[in-house]
Order: sequence, then structure tokens, then C-alpha cells
Amino acid sequence: MQNIIRGKAYVLGDNIDTDQIIPAKFLSYNPSDPSERRYFGMYAMDGVPAGQMGLPNGNIRFVRPNEFKTDFTIVVGGKNFGCGSSREHAPLAIAEAGASIVIAEFYARIFFRNCVNGGYLVPCESVERLVEKIHTGDELTVNLGTCKVTNETRKTSHALKPLGDVAPIIEAGGVFQYAREAGMLKS
Amino acid sequence: MAGMTITEKIFAKNAGKAKVSPGDNVWVSVDILMTHDVCGPGTIGIFHEKFGRNAKVWDKNRVVIIPDHYIFTADDKCHRNVQILRDFVREQGLPYYYDPEFVKNEPRMPNPYLDPTKTRYKGVCHKALPEEGHVRPGEILLGTDSHTCTAGAFGQFATGVGNTDAAFTLGTGKTWLKTPPTMKFAFRGEIPPYLTAKDLILAVIGEIGVAGATYKTMYFAGEGITSLTLEDRMTLTNMAIEAGGKNGVCDVDEKTLQYVRHRSHVKNWEVFKDDPDARYCYEKEWDLASFEPLVAKPHSPDNRDTAMNCRHVNIDQAYIGSCTGGKITDMIFAASILKGNVVKVPTFVVPGSTEVHADMKRLNLMGAEKGPNEKSIEDILLDAGCRVGPSGCSACLGGPSDTFGRLAGTEVCISTTNRNFPGRMGSMQASVYLASPLTVAASALTGHITDPRDYVVKPIQTGMAGVL
Repeated sequence: MQNIIRGKAYVLGDNIDTDQIIPAKFLSYNPSDPSERRYFGMYAMDGVPAGQMGLPNGNIRFVRPNEFKTDFTIVVGGKNFGCGSSREHAPLAIAEAGASIVIAEFYARIFFRNCVNGGYLVPCESVERLVEKIHTGDELTVNLGTCKVTNETRKTSHALKPLGDVAPIIEAGGVFQYAREAGMLKS
Repeated sequence: MAGMTITEKIFAKNAGKAKVSPGDNVWVSVDILMTHDVCGPGTIGIFHEKFGRNAKVWDKNRVVIIPDHYIFTADDKCHRNVQILRDFVREQGLPYYYDPEFVKNEPRMPNPYLDPTKTRYKGVCHKALPEEGHVRPGEILLGTDSHTCTAGAFGQFATGVGNTDAAFTLGTGKTWLKTPPTMKFAFRGEIPPYLTAKDLILAVIGEIGVAGATYKTMYFAGEGITSLTLEDRMTLTNMAIEAGGKNGVCDVDEKTLQYVRHRSHVKNWEVFKDDPDARYCYEKEWDLASFEPLVAKPHSPDNRDTAMNCRHVNIDQAYIGSCTGGKITDMIFAASILKGNVVKVPTFVVPGSTEVHADMKRLNLMGAEKGPNEKSIEDILLDAGCRVGPSGCSACLGGPSDTFGRLAGTEVCISTTNRNFPGRMGSMQASVYLASPLTVAASALTGHITDPRDYVVKPIQTGMAGVL
């Protein structure tokens, strides 16, 4: 796990459900097939209503049409990020597009668990609500060691909550690596 | 030392501990792992990658595979995904697999089963799991589907997981869980005839919000719950996830024991009850007679309103189906209102399982075996102008573009399903109202959202439908 993550922010609102993150019509791609897996990147956030895509202005796609990778490294959300379906395709899609961290007020539990156990994304929780304080495109620096996100564009900084119980699993890179390191699984 | 809840007792048993408390992280043994055609291929891929190409599952009698999501479509990737499940079942020698044998690996719409009693295919996993005896009190069920929480109606711990968690359990039989605190929702009295459990859960979700139970257990208790059929209890626990709940759970009673003894060949399960001094992080008691028929307005299951307040909303389509609202008792509720009438808007009916579909053909409106000159539940629905499709998840989650009942434009749909997120039923421009099968049927008859109280004059009997 990298302690310092730099990149552009992509800002979304509250209750971003997994149907918005990756709509059900794309779930026929098999994530275990590398030639199909990349399509989850192409369609990441395809189900977010246009006006909510990239706040505050909206109408900014996470991934440009017909491309596989995003310009955004850090997704910023509000309350209950990742609610709804248990589809692991959701954190996988965000990661496949090239983002590496989400910062939300709090998460729906299956999405959070999938981020951690699958080793896709670091699911950080902010201390205060950031949706109105960070704009899509702002350059951010996240320091996981000091639990701080610095907005280089607006010259502000905000505290993050410590990762807590799940930090060892995130640091290991997922539940399989964690269980191997803990001696629960044979290498 | 405080007492324990049902969920805490199940965690303690499967972790080999005397006691667990909310917040404790524990490694537990898993009793049943379920997957389906949407999350199975990814799970199987991770299993092979992490445990090796020749690895075997931890216990082939504890793995259940139920294809249900994308069956009736010409999309050949969906058919390929079913084939991945078949190949895995053969490779592992898994006994509990419910194959849609009519799905061939080719790009055309499969012809559905002709007779629902003569196919191995089941339909929606959450309905099929208890029907096939895989759900038992006191056990831990994990499924790669968020509505796995449905099985909590049978007094077990059941929750949804992702592909990585499922693959880990496939290889080890274990998972780590954080012990959730319990919220207690107690219900007094008997349910009035114009309400179903759907109205109760929409009331609860409206009260606490879509994140009101995040990381928590939702315990549905009291004589009001005992008065419900098991199918109606499943409607409550099914939608625990719509409030963010980790699981939903009901007490085990004679109805539960009768069902499980009849369905499961496994006999050594345990029944747990909350201790009198068990601790709750939230408690609320409701009187069942105090509820009105409700809807959840677009685009969130907690956007609660009464059906009466929404009577000016015109609808373009009605949908009766899914793990929430496609059970045989839901069909009896809808048919009781539709009988002898004709729908004003296209009304799509999707049985939750092939057993439900068979019962729709076999049973009369009282839930009893129909006589030779009597109309079946399916007859009544067809006579009313409903379109009845084959069992499966169908348009509840949109799915491929050729899915039965899917929304494609700016339709307003009233539906017995569990989610009305933007785009959930296939179109970003559509508006979905969630409601009980009574409210959906009444609305289908008038063409606008309609309180079913004018249509339900006496209690609706469902007999032993959905039990034996």
C-alpha cells in the first residue's frame, strides 16, 4: 500500500449505489477474463445521473467515451457510498479505470468489505463532509500515514479517520495475502 | 455480563467461542455458500487463481449454485457464464446445482421450460435456497448477492458478500465477520388484510433511512411477526439491506420448524433466542394496525409516502415479481384484487421460482389444490390481462436489453421489487415506485397509484401456499 497518493479528484454525492457505479447490463463481462475485465473500467460510473457526474457542475464523465482509463485518481463521495448490490464488479470497475482510493463520509458495508478483501481500493472515511469542499478536477494529496488529504488547488486540508481494524488487510493487499501472512493459508 | 442476541449466539457458535460482543472481529465457519450466474464466474476465477487450478472446494455439500439473473436473454456472454458454472460443478462434483438445461451456449433467446415441475432450474436464488432445504435456523449462510439476507427469516445469519470473500470461503470454509449490534423492531397486533410485510418494511426503511441500519442486525420481533407467513417474513428480511443492514433476523416458531423439517434433510441445527438481557442499540415498537399502504417514491427505497398521497401519479407499467414480491403468497395477494377485472396498463408477472410458477398453476385463490373447473392463480392473472414470464430475476435489476418487463424509456412503473435506484429497472429516465402486491395490483386496474383498501374487503387466505 502506498502511503502518499496524488491525483485529481472526482466528486460524487450521497448514496452512490453499485447500480450507478456499474449498471447491471455490464455484469455479463467476466472479471476473471483480462480481455473482458477492462470493460469494467470503460463503464465505471456509467449509471450516475448526468447532473451528478463530477460535482459541483456535473456532466463530467469518470471515463471518457470509448476509453478504458480515467483521468481521476481519487473518488470523493458523501454518505453511504457503495450501497445496494453486493457486486464486487463495483470496486473492481473503479480500480480498473485507474483510481486507487475513495474518500467518503461512510460506506455501505459490502462495498467497504469488497474494497478491503479484494484489495481494489483504499476506502477512507473523512472526518467532515467533503463533497462541497472539493471540486472535481482539484489536485489532491492523500497521506495515509498522517490521515490527511491536502487540496493543492484550493490550499486547504482535511482530516481522515484512521483505517482501524482493516488496516492490516489493506496493507497486506487483500484477505488472501493477509491470511497467508498470518499463517492461515499455505503459501 | 449482558446476554446475547440471536446473531451474537450464532457468531459465537461458529467461531467456537462462549461469547462475542458487538464490534468483535471473529473468524467463523460458514455453513452454506451460495453463488449465481452473475457473481459465480468471477468467484470461480479468483478461487482457481488463489488456490490453484486443481484445488477442491472445502465441502461440496455446503456449496449451492443457483443460476437466476440473466437466463432469458439472447446475450451469449450470459449463456457462457452459465456454462462456466456448469464446468465448475462438473469439475468439483457439486450436488446442489440447479441448471437451466434449456440454455444452450449460443446467441439466441432460450425457449423457457414448458412445465415448471419438470425442470431442474429453480429461478431466484433467495426463494430457491429455503425451498430446496439449504436454509436452517442457527446457521451461517453467505451468498454473492446482497439479498442473501432474506434467509434471516428462518432464524439464521445470512448476508451478502463479494467474489473475493466467496472464493476465500470456497477454499477454506471460513470468513471473518465483525459482530454487529442489533436493532430491535417489535410489532404488536395482527396485520390488517390491506397490508403486507412490504408495507411494514417500507415504513421501517422510511423511518431509519437507507443507511439507518448500516453494519447492524435488524431483528424483527413480536406477535405481529408471528402472525405473518414465512414468505411475508422473507419480505421483511429481504429488504434489511435496503436500510444498509448487515442481516435481518426473525425468531424461530412452529411455522419455521414445520417448513424447515419438511424441506431440509439436515437435522442437526440449533434454534437460538435473544436472552432477556440482550442489548440493543435501537428499539422501537409498532402497532400493525397503525400502518397505511405505502410506496417508496423514486429513486430511493426510503422515499416513503402513502399510496393515498400518490393517487394522482399515473403509471405506464406494473411489475409483480422478484425475491421480494414474486412468492406464491404475493401472487395470491395480487390475484385476489385482479380477479374478474382487467388491467389498464401492461402488467408483467414473474414467478420468484419454478415452484412458485408450478403453484400458480396448481393452486386456487385460497392457496388450496384447485378443482377441475376452478381457475388457477395463473388463470386469474392471465384473464386479467397480465403477461406471465418465466421465473428468474428478470427486470428487477434491468439486465440485458431483451429482458422481460425491462424499462426502456421514461415509463412510470409500480413494482413489488426491492430497489428503485436511478436506472435500476433498465432505464435512467424511468421512475419506479415500490409497493406491496396489493397496491401494485390495485394500481394496475386503475392506471394510477391506488390505495388497495377499497379492493380488499375481507382477509386474504393463503392456506398452506408456500409452505408444503
